[in-house]
Amino acid sequence: MSFASLAEELRNGPSSGTLAALPYAAYLGLHYAVHGRELVLSMPFAESLVGQPFPPRLHGGTVAGLLEITATATLLLRLPRDEPLPQVKPVTVTVDYLRAGQPQDTFAAAHVNRLGRRIANLSVIAWQEDRDRPIAAAHMNIMLDRD
Amino acid sequence: MTGPVAADEKLRRFVDSFLLGIPHIKALGIRYRGHGRGWAELELPYADHLVAYPDAAHPDGGIVASGAVLTLMDSVGGFSVMTGANKLQPLATLDLRLDYLRPATPGESVIGRSEVHKLTRSVAFVRGVAHNGDPARPIAHMTGTFMFTAGAAQ
Repeated sequence: MSFASLAEELRNGPSSGTLAALPYAAYLGLHYAVHGRELVLSMPFAESLVGQPFPPRLHGGTVAGLLEITATATLLLRLPRDEPLPQVKPVTVTVDYLRAGQPQDTFAAAHVNRLGRRIANLSVIAWQEDRDRPIAAAHMNIMLDRD
Repeated sequence: MTGPVAADEKLRRFVDSFLLGIPHIKALGIRYRGHGRGWAELELPYADHLVAYPDAAHPDGGIVASGAVLTLMDSVGGFSVMTGANKLQPLATLDLRLDYLRPATPGESVIGRSEVHKLTRSVAFVRGVAHNGDPARPIAHMTGTFMFTAGAAQ
Protein backbone atom coordinates (compact mmCIF):
# COMPACT_ATOMS: atom_id res chain seq x y z
CA MET A 1 0.00 0.00 0.00
CA SER A 2 1.25 3.42 -0.85
CA PHE A 3 0.82 6.49 1.23
CA ALA A 4 -1.75 7.78 -1.27
CA SER A 5 -3.80 4.62 -1.03
CA LEU A 6 -3.72 4.86 2.78
CA ALA A 7 -5.13 8.37 2.46
CA GLU A 8 -7.71 7.04 0.01
CA GLU A 9 -8.70 4.23 2.36
CA LEU A 10 -9.05 6.56 5.35
CA ARG A 11 -11.08 9.08 3.37
CA ASN A 12 -13.32 6.83 1.31
CA GLY A 13 -12.95 3.31 2.60
CA PRO A 14 -14.91 1.56 5.31
CA SER A 15 -15.21 3.52 8.55
CA SER A 16 -13.08 0.99 10.39
CA GLY A 17 -10.40 -1.55 9.68
CA THR A 18 -6.80 -2.50 10.29
CA LEU A 19 -3.67 -0.71 9.13
CA ALA A 20 -2.41 -4.05 7.89
CA ALA A 21 -0.63 -2.66 4.84
CA LEU A 22 1.73 -0.43 6.82
CA PRO A 23 4.34 -2.82 8.20
CA TYR A 24 5.13 -1.09 11.49
CA ALA A 25 1.47 -0.20 12.15
CA ALA A 26 0.55 -3.83 11.42
CA TYR A 27 3.33 -4.98 13.71
CA LEU A 28 1.78 -2.96 16.54
CA GLY A 29 -1.60 -4.48 15.56
CA LEU A 30 -3.25 -1.12 14.98
CA HIS A 31 -6.92 -0.70 14.02
CA TYR A 32 -8.68 2.47 12.97
CA ALA A 33 -12.23 3.72 13.28
CA VAL A 34 -13.64 6.96 11.87
CA HIS A 35 -16.31 8.54 14.09
CA GLY A 36 -17.71 11.53 12.24
CA ARG A 37 -14.72 13.81 11.74
CA GLU A 38 -12.60 12.03 14.29
CA LEU A 39 -10.19 9.20 13.68
CA VAL A 40 -9.52 6.87 16.62
CA LEU A 41 -6.71 4.33 16.41
CA SER A 42 -6.55 1.37 18.75
CA MET A 43 -3.71 -0.89 19.79
CA PRO A 44 -5.07 -4.16 21.21
CA PHE A 45 -2.98 -5.50 24.05
CA ALA A 46 -0.42 -8.12 23.10
CA GLU A 47 2.37 -9.72 25.11
CA SER A 48 4.93 -8.46 22.58
CA LEU A 49 4.12 -4.82 23.51
CA VAL A 50 5.28 -5.22 27.11
CA GLY A 51 8.27 -3.17 28.23
CA GLN A 52 8.31 -4.09 31.89
CA PRO A 53 7.36 -7.67 32.70
CA PHE A 54 6.68 -7.54 36.47
CA PRO A 55 4.10 -6.12 36.79
CA PRO A 56 3.38 -5.99 33.05
CA ARG A 57 3.36 -2.48 31.59
CA LEU A 58 3.37 -1.38 27.95
CA HIS A 59 6.71 -0.30 26.52
CA GLY A 60 6.66 3.48 26.20
CA GLY A 61 7.88 3.12 22.64
CA THR A 62 4.73 1.24 21.60
CA VAL A 63 2.54 4.05 22.93
CA ALA A 64 4.74 6.63 21.18
CA GLY A 65 4.44 4.66 17.93
CA LEU A 66 0.64 4.63 18.29
CA LEU A 67 0.64 8.39 18.95
CA GLU A 68 2.84 9.14 15.92
CA ILE A 69 0.81 7.02 13.53
CA THR A 70 -2.44 8.50 14.88
CA ALA A 71 -1.14 12.03 14.29
CA THR A 72 0.04 11.21 10.76
CA ALA A 73 -3.18 9.44 9.80
CA THR A 74 -5.32 12.27 11.22
CA LEU A 75 -3.32 14.75 9.18
CA LEU A 76 -3.96 12.69 6.02
CA LEU A 77 -7.67 12.79 6.73
CA ARG A 78 -7.60 16.59 7.15
CA LEU A 79 -5.62 17.48 4.03
CA PRO A 80 -7.77 19.14 1.36
CA ARG A 81 -9.07 16.52 -1.03
CA ASP A 82 -8.81 18.75 -4.06
CA GLU A 83 -5.03 19.17 -3.79
CA PRO A 84 -2.26 16.71 -4.64
CA LEU A 85 -1.24 14.72 -1.61
CA PRO A 86 2.07 16.00 -0.19
CA GLN A 87 4.70 13.70 1.28
CA VAL A 88 4.56 13.97 5.06
CA LYS A 89 7.66 13.62 7.20
CA PRO A 90 7.94 13.84 10.98
CA VAL A 91 10.21 16.68 12.11
CA THR A 92 9.83 16.63 15.89
CA VAL A 93 7.82 14.59 18.35
CA THR A 94 7.58 15.20 22.08
CA VAL A 95 5.90 12.57 24.20
CA ASP A 96 4.78 13.11 27.80
CA TYR A 97 4.14 9.91 29.68
CA LEU A 98 1.31 10.53 32.13
CA ARG A 99 0.44 7.11 33.50
CA ALA A 100 1.86 3.61 33.23
CA GLY A 101 0.41 1.70 30.29
CA GLN A 102 -1.60 -1.20 31.70
CA PRO A 103 -1.79 -4.53 29.86
CA GLN A 104 -5.00 -3.43 28.14
CA ASP A 105 -6.17 -2.06 24.82
CA THR A 106 -4.98 1.50 24.13
CA PHE A 107 -6.69 4.18 22.03
CA ALA A 108 -5.46 7.42 20.52
CA ALA A 109 -6.89 10.46 18.77
CA ALA A 110 -5.22 13.61 17.43
CA HIS A 111 -6.13 17.24 16.95
CA VAL A 112 -4.66 19.39 14.20
CA ASN A 113 -3.59 22.64 15.88
CA ARG A 114 -2.38 24.23 12.69
CA LEU A 115 -2.31 23.07 9.11
CA GLY A 116 0.09 25.31 7.21
CA ARG A 117 1.55 25.04 3.75
CA ARG A 118 4.81 23.50 4.95
CA ILE A 119 4.27 22.43 8.55
CA ALA A 120 1.40 20.84 10.41
CA ASN A 121 1.30 20.88 14.21
CA LEU A 122 -0.77 18.24 15.99
CA SER A 123 -1.62 17.24 19.55
CA VAL A 124 -2.43 13.64 20.25
CA ILE A 125 -3.44 11.69 23.34
CA ALA A 126 -3.55 8.01 24.22
CA TRP A 127 -5.89 6.50 26.78
CA GLN A 128 -7.08 3.12 27.98
CA GLU A 129 -10.31 2.71 29.96
CA ASP A 130 -11.08 6.39 30.41
CA ARG A 131 -10.43 9.06 27.79
CA ASP A 132 -10.31 11.68 30.56
CA ARG A 133 -7.36 9.86 32.11
CA PRO A 134 -4.82 9.80 29.26
CA ILE A 135 -1.73 7.63 29.65
CA ALA A 136 0.37 9.73 27.26
CA ALA A 137 0.18 12.96 25.29
CA ALA A 138 2.35 14.13 22.42
CA HIS A 139 2.75 17.01 20.08
CA MET A 140 4.28 16.71 16.66
CA ASN A 141 5.53 18.93 13.89
CA ILE A 142 5.13 17.24 10.53
CA MET A 143 6.59 18.62 7.32
CA LEU A 144 4.46 18.71 4.19
CA ASP A 145 6.62 18.24 1.13
CA ARG A 146 4.75 19.56 -1.91
CA ASP A 147 7.05 19.24 -4.88
CA MET B 1 31.78 10.13 34.20
CA THR B 2 34.52 7.55 33.76
CA GLY B 3 35.89 6.36 30.45
CA PRO B 4 34.42 3.64 28.28
CA VAL B 5 34.29 0.14 29.73
CA ALA B 6 35.17 -2.59 27.26
CA ALA B 7 32.11 -4.74 26.72
CA ASP B 8 33.48 -8.22 27.24
CA GLU B 9 31.55 -11.22 26.03
CA LYS B 10 30.31 -12.23 29.49
CA LEU B 11 28.87 -8.80 30.18
CA ARG B 12 27.33 -8.66 26.72
CA ARG B 13 25.61 -11.99 27.32
CA PHE B 14 24.31 -10.81 30.72
CA VAL B 15 22.87 -7.59 29.32
CA ASP B 16 21.46 -9.34 26.26
CA SER B 17 19.66 -11.85 28.48
CA PHE B 18 18.29 -8.97 30.58
CA LEU B 19 17.03 -7.28 27.41
CA LEU B 20 15.49 -10.53 26.16
CA GLY B 21 13.41 -10.57 29.36
CA ILE B 22 11.61 -7.46 28.09
CA PRO B 23 9.05 -8.71 25.55
CA HIS B 24 8.89 -5.64 23.30
CA ILE B 25 12.68 -5.30 23.16
CA LYS B 26 12.93 -9.00 22.31
CA ALA B 27 10.20 -8.61 19.69
CA LEU B 28 12.01 -5.74 17.97
CA GLY B 29 15.32 -7.62 18.16
CA ILE B 30 17.07 -4.77 19.99
CA ARG B 31 20.60 -5.79 21.00
CA TYR B 32 23.24 -4.60 23.43
CA ARG B 33 26.21 -2.71 21.98
CA GLY B 34 28.03 -1.26 24.94
CA HIS B 35 27.84 0.84 28.04
CA GLY B 36 29.91 2.68 30.61
CA ARG B 37 29.15 4.83 33.61
CA GLY B 38 26.39 7.16 32.45
CA TRP B 39 26.17 6.04 28.85
CA ALA B 40 24.75 3.13 26.90
CA GLU B 41 24.36 1.94 23.31
CA LEU B 42 21.76 -0.39 21.81
CA GLU B 43 21.20 -1.50 18.25
CA LEU B 44 17.96 -2.05 16.34
CA PRO B 45 18.66 -4.45 13.45
CA TYR B 46 16.88 -3.67 10.20
CA ALA B 47 13.72 -5.69 9.60
CA ASP B 48 11.05 -5.47 6.91
CA HIS B 49 8.21 -5.40 9.45
CA LEU B 50 9.60 -2.24 11.08
CA VAL B 51 9.33 0.01 8.04
CA ALA B 52 6.74 2.76 7.81
CA TYR B 53 5.90 2.35 4.10
CA PRO B 54 6.80 -0.81 2.19
CA ASP B 55 6.68 0.42 -1.40
CA ALA B 56 9.97 1.25 -3.02
CA ALA B 57 8.31 3.98 -5.09
CA HIS B 58 7.55 6.03 -1.98
CA PRO B 59 10.40 8.44 -1.17
CA ASP B 60 10.43 6.99 2.35
CA GLY B 61 9.80 3.41 1.21
CA GLY B 62 11.77 0.89 3.25
CA ILE B 63 12.71 3.36 5.95
CA VAL B 64 12.42 2.19 9.56
CA ALA B 65 9.32 3.77 11.14
CA SER B 66 10.05 6.70 13.40
CA GLY B 67 8.08 4.94 16.14
CA ALA B 68 10.55 2.05 16.13
CA VAL B 69 13.45 4.52 16.43
CA LEU B 70 11.59 6.11 19.33
CA THR B 71 11.31 2.73 21.07
CA LEU B 72 15.06 2.22 20.63
CA MET B 73 15.82 5.66 22.07
CA ASP B 74 13.40 5.25 25.00
CA SER B 75 15.05 1.91 25.80
CA VAL B 76 18.62 3.15 25.53
CA GLY B 77 17.73 6.31 27.48
CA GLY B 78 16.46 4.21 30.39
CA PHE B 79 19.48 1.90 30.13
CA SER B 80 21.87 4.88 30.32
CA VAL B 81 20.09 6.14 33.44
CA MET B 82 20.68 2.74 35.08
CA THR B 83 24.37 2.91 34.22
CA GLY B 84 24.52 6.48 35.56
CA ALA B 85 22.81 5.52 38.81
CA ASN B 86 24.85 2.30 38.78
CA LYS B 87 21.91 0.11 39.74
CA LEU B 88 18.92 -1.60 38.24
CA GLN B 89 15.92 0.23 39.60
CA PRO B 90 12.43 0.91 38.35
CA LEU B 91 12.20 3.91 36.04
CA ALA B 92 9.45 5.74 34.26
CA THR B 93 9.92 7.95 31.23
CA LEU B 94 8.55 11.42 31.99
CA ASP B 95 9.06 12.83 28.54
CA LEU B 96 11.00 12.10 25.41
CA ARG B 97 11.62 14.37 22.44
CA LEU B 98 13.00 13.29 19.11
CA ASP B 99 14.21 15.60 16.36
CA TYR B 100 14.18 13.66 13.09
CA LEU B 101 17.19 15.01 11.22
CA ARG B 102 17.22 12.69 8.23
CA PRO B 103 15.57 9.41 7.20
CA ALA B 104 17.24 6.21 8.35
CA THR B 105 19.08 4.36 5.59
CA PRO B 106 16.99 1.38 4.33
CA GLY B 107 18.59 -1.96 5.12
CA GLU B 108 20.88 -0.69 7.87
CA SER B 109 20.75 -1.14 11.64
CA VAL B 110 19.88 1.86 13.74
CA ILE B 111 22.25 2.47 16.63
CA GLY B 112 21.06 4.44 19.63
CA ARG B 113 23.38 6.07 22.12
CA SER B 114 22.31 7.91 25.24
CA GLU B 115 24.24 9.82 27.89
CA VAL B 116 23.07 11.03 31.26
CA HIS B 117 23.95 14.67 31.69
CA LYS B 118 22.30 15.30 35.04
CA LEU B 119 21.25 12.90 37.74
CA THR B 120 19.25 14.05 40.76
CA ARG B 121 17.73 11.96 43.52
CA SER B 122 14.49 11.51 41.63
CA VAL B 123 15.02 12.64 38.03
CA ALA B 124 17.62 11.88 35.36
CA PHE B 125 18.16 14.05 32.27
CA VAL B 126 19.53 12.35 29.17
CA ARG B 127 20.58 13.24 25.65
CA GLY B 128 21.04 10.81 22.83
CA VAL B 129 21.58 10.27 19.18
CA ALA B 130 20.37 7.67 16.67
CA HIS B 131 22.55 6.90 13.65
CA ASN B 132 23.34 4.21 11.07
CA GLY B 133 26.93 3.64 12.18
CA ASP B 134 28.38 7.12 11.78
CA PRO B 135 27.45 9.34 14.76
CA ALA B 136 28.46 12.35 12.65
CA ARG B 137 25.46 11.62 10.39
CA PRO B 138 22.66 11.39 12.95
CA ILE B 139 19.16 10.21 12.10
CA ALA B 140 17.68 11.76 15.22
CA HIS B 141 18.58 13.64 18.36
CA MET B 142 16.86 12.66 21.57
CA THR B 143 16.25 14.53 24.81
CA GLY B 144 14.56 12.74 27.67
CA THR B 145 13.79 12.83 31.36
CA PHE B 146 13.32 9.74 33.48
CA MET B 147 12.03 9.38 37.01
CA PHE B 148 12.99 6.81 39.59
CA THR B 149 9.77 5.14 40.66
CA ALA B 150 10.92 2.85 43.47
CA GLY B 151 8.39 3.15 46.28
CA ALA B 152 6.14 5.48 44.30
CA ALA B 153 2.56 4.58 43.49
CA GLN B 154 2.24 4.12 39.73
